[in-house]
Amino acid sequence: MRSICFYFQVHQPYRLRTYRFFDIGNKHNYLDDYTNKMILKRVAEKSYLPMNQILLDLIIEHGSNFKVSFSISGIALDQFETYHPEIINSFKKLAETGNVEFLTETYAHSLASLKSKDEFTRQVQMHAEKTERLFGQKPVTFRNTELIYSDEIGSMVADMGYKLMLTEGAKHILGWRSPNYLYHSAKNPELNLLLKNFRLSDDIAFRFSEQSWKDWPLTTDKFTNWLSNIKPEEEVVNLFMDYETFGEHQWVETGIFDFMKALPGDVFSNTNFKFATPKEIGSKLKPVSALSVPTPISWADEERDLTAWLGNDMQDEAFDKLYQLEDKVKTCNDPQILNDWLYLQTSDHFYYMCTKWFSDGDVHSYFNPYGTPYDAFINYMNVLSDFIIRVENNSKTTKDDFSGLKEAVSNIAGKVENVARKTARATSQKAKSTFEKGSKIKFEDIKEMSDTMIKKLLKEIKIEELTVVLKDAEKELTDKVLPNLSKRAKKKYEDFEQELKKVNISDIKKYKKKIEDKIKNL
Amino acid sequence: MRILMFGWEFPPHITGGLGTACFGLTKGLAKNGVDVIFVVPKAYGDESEEAVRLVNASDIRFDFKDENYNEYWERIKYFEIGSNIVPYVGPEEFSRVYKKQQKTGEEITSNVFSRDYKFSGKYGANLMEEIARYALVASALSLKEDFDIIHAHDWLTYPAGVAAKESSGKPLVVHMHATEFDRTGENVNTIVYGIEKEGMEKADRVITVSNLTRRTVIEKYGIDPGKVITVHNAVDQDMFSEIAGVKKYLKEKIVTFLGRITFQKGPEYFIEAAAKILRKDPNVRFVMAGSGDMLNKMIERVAQLRIADKFHFTGFLKGEDIDRMFALSDVFVMPSVSEPFGIVPLEAMRSSVPVVISKQSGVAEILEHALKVDFWDVDAIADSIYGLCHYEALSKTFVKYGKEEVENLKWEDASKKIKNVYEPLLV
Repeated sequence: MRSICFYFQVHQPYRLRTYRFFDIGNKHNYLDDYTNKMILKRVAEKSYLPMNQILLDLIIEHGSNFKVSFSISGIALDQFETYHPEIINSFKKLAETGNVEFLTETYAHSLASLKSKDEFTRQVQMHAEKTERLFGQKPVTFRNTELIYSDEIGSMVADMGYKLMLTEGAKHILGWRSPNYLYHSAKNPELNLLLKNFRLSDDIAFRFSEQSWKDWPLTTDKFTNWLSNIKPEEEVVNLFMDYETFGEHQWVETGIFDFMKALPGDVFSNTNFKFATPKEIGSKLKPVSALSVPTPISWADEERDLTAWLGNDMQDEAFDKLYQLEDKVKTCNDPQILNDWLYLQTSDHFYYMCTKWFSDGDVHSYFNPYGTPYDAFINYMNVLSDFIIRVENNSKTTKDDFSGLKEAVSNIAGKVENVARKTARATSQKAKSTFEKGSKIKFEDIKEMSDTMIKKLLKEIKIEELTVVLKDAEKELTDKVLPNLSKRAKKKYEDFEQELKKVNISDIKKYKKKIEDKIKNL
Repeated sequence: MRILMFGWEFPPHITGGLGTACFGLTKGLAKNGVDVIFVVPKAYGDESEEAVRLVNASDIRFDFKDENYNEYWERIKYFEIGSNIVPYVGPEEFSRVYKKQQKTGEEITSNVFSRDYKFSGKYGANLMEEIARYALVASALSLKEDFDIIHAHDWLTYPAGVAAKESSGKPLVVHMHATEFDRTGENVNTIVYGIEKEGMEKADRVITVSNLTRRTVIEKYGIDPGKVITVHNAVDQDMFSEIAGVKKYLKEKIVTFLGRITFQKGPEYFIEAAAKILRKDPNVRFVMAGSGDMLNKMIERVAQLRIADKFHFTGFLKGEDIDRMFALSDVFVMPSVSEPFGIVPLEAMRSSVPVVISKQSGVAEILEHALKVDFWDVDAIADSIYGLCHYEALSKTFVKYGKEEVENLKWEDASKKIKNVYEPLLV
């Protein structure tokens, strides 16, 4: 059975406020809350809410034959939650039908895949988690911002474990081949690719209300007729478009809602197509061949390349300066910085700086809140300059905190070491002096001894001998010794001293030696 | 002594330095005892008339039935034919329109010859038509007003000045604030050049705002050096407002360019110098304040040099934002390719900001305390900026003496010189 795969991209950027040079380093609120809120309200009322209701009605009417898929950027989800939670509930109702698949993409609708695998992976994980939390499905299909794809991006997506990815059926990649099959990545055969049928997709998304188009007005008869003219062996028609197509890019007056209401029924009665989600198609079909995409493609403009976002000097300067911050941002601990880091990565900021107005000018200017790409660049760089200062300061404080800790640790270690060294030195000195004491104790060392020790010593020696020794000894010594004598000993000493007229030097030497020996053995 | 003076704008409704200079000059003349009747194409009613009697050309009406009208016309037509300003209304055309009006009695509106004419007073699409009408008004006024000398500021008013001279026979002084060569480089508009040349030839004296301009006038317009006199501009000390308490949120030194972003002002040399400095010294930020036809090109160049995180554009600034910008600046740079005078560096110096100015500016002739470089010498500009950012002895000296120097540039003195130009013309 042949399938039509509807995939809708839902995204609203956080637009920046007018941020002046004088604000740099001073004010850190970057967003134009009023405009963001107003635009979201308008798009919700004109597009998201009525179109969700139509899809819900169609699912109820056609059951499992009618299915669609979405990816909603993390930035859009954040805004829904902040400004208009009703939109989330409306998508939840669609999720509950089981006929709607939610895909994952980068949280910030960013171009991270072109610059940093780490950041890309981080954002995809963030987005997958948020999608699962809100809609109860763990995403298994990946779509990159603006359907940007290359072999290298395919590898990163495959490394994250995804087996299916959406991209553009760009003519310069496909050549003679048809987008209406499942393909696989040349570098990673495990990764299958669904390619946008840009003619039929853009007939709805861009040309629907274009009165100069030869097929205007587009009716479901015409459209289903084109579908049935597709070669019978071709298996899938991928209709990928912005969800804002319904009611916002194509106003209700163009009949876009009526067209969509009638389309499924007419498809069933006029063709042999049914509707399926990317996941179903990926598991049902076998890839027909490998697709090699060495340079990135996207779904934008005639060129299907990256020149809407990158390539002129302003875009490249802003983009490079932003991603130069990545390593530093990741050392920051301020949640507001991490949040702003995401919001500044949104691809729309770079889109506003595009200078190739000629072929696709209308589409570009429609989405652009700035008068000129130069205004867009100046405003973004002013904001980025402030953000750089915040990141520098925060990563410095983080660094300061860390180096402070290191310093403290080394201080403590130093102190401990000093104490240890002092103790060791003191101990060894004590040991040394004790040893020295032991080796050559002098009688005069008594001066250094404690009274207790002296008392102990005095018990060991004869008072007569002490009298002899102290006879001509220095006053300091006698003053130290005499108070330690007991009353009785003192009397004895005084008596001896009276009798002692003359002392023999050899006696002094002899008794000194005797006392020194006593000290040694104390 | 009373002067009939023709200007194009008057504060507070000004787009450039001309209105400011005229204001200062008239106040200076008043202090020297000279009366001024100042004529502008369009007055708004809130101009200061402290030093002048302001005449609004838009208030002058003409009656076709008035005998005098033909007389005014007779006196100005030579000029229009001669300079081809209004090729679509030559005398024949006028005669045809006039006759038709007489026959049908219908009111002629919306051209130079209508009864009422609404001047825009701007530099718009109808500029040539407005200049012609202004001359018509001048011719009428010169017969009505009592004065001794006519003084006309810049080419827009020269046809008026010459018409007034032809009507009244009074002596004419024209004042060259800028020449067509300053405005456009070598791609001069020959009509404008023609008006300037004829105005100066018909004038009794030509005042130039610098010797640089004097040389241009003599060499490129072939004007008799004997009647060309330089009177340097001065500074209206009351115009300055230094605002206090501007907090700096950026730790880097701030180097500022402030002016129209046009060929004449040399913005690209400022950018190239910035790139040279930023390669060596990340602790500097550059600001380009202003707007102009080269703005987008300059933005692209900054992006291309990959310095946009340290080089900022503010767009057009006015009023308090200009004062704020000076309060935040550490160095001011004016790398003009051709600048007849250049008043902005003086404002910077008054706000205590040291300045780097090009030798190709008239103001360089009178300033001592400014670093002077050739506009094309990017290395020298970079050196000077770096020096003022990092050698405090240098910047402090410049700030101190620069302020004094500017405070001594008084319009009272400049106006005295202008009075000296007038005096020999009085019969």
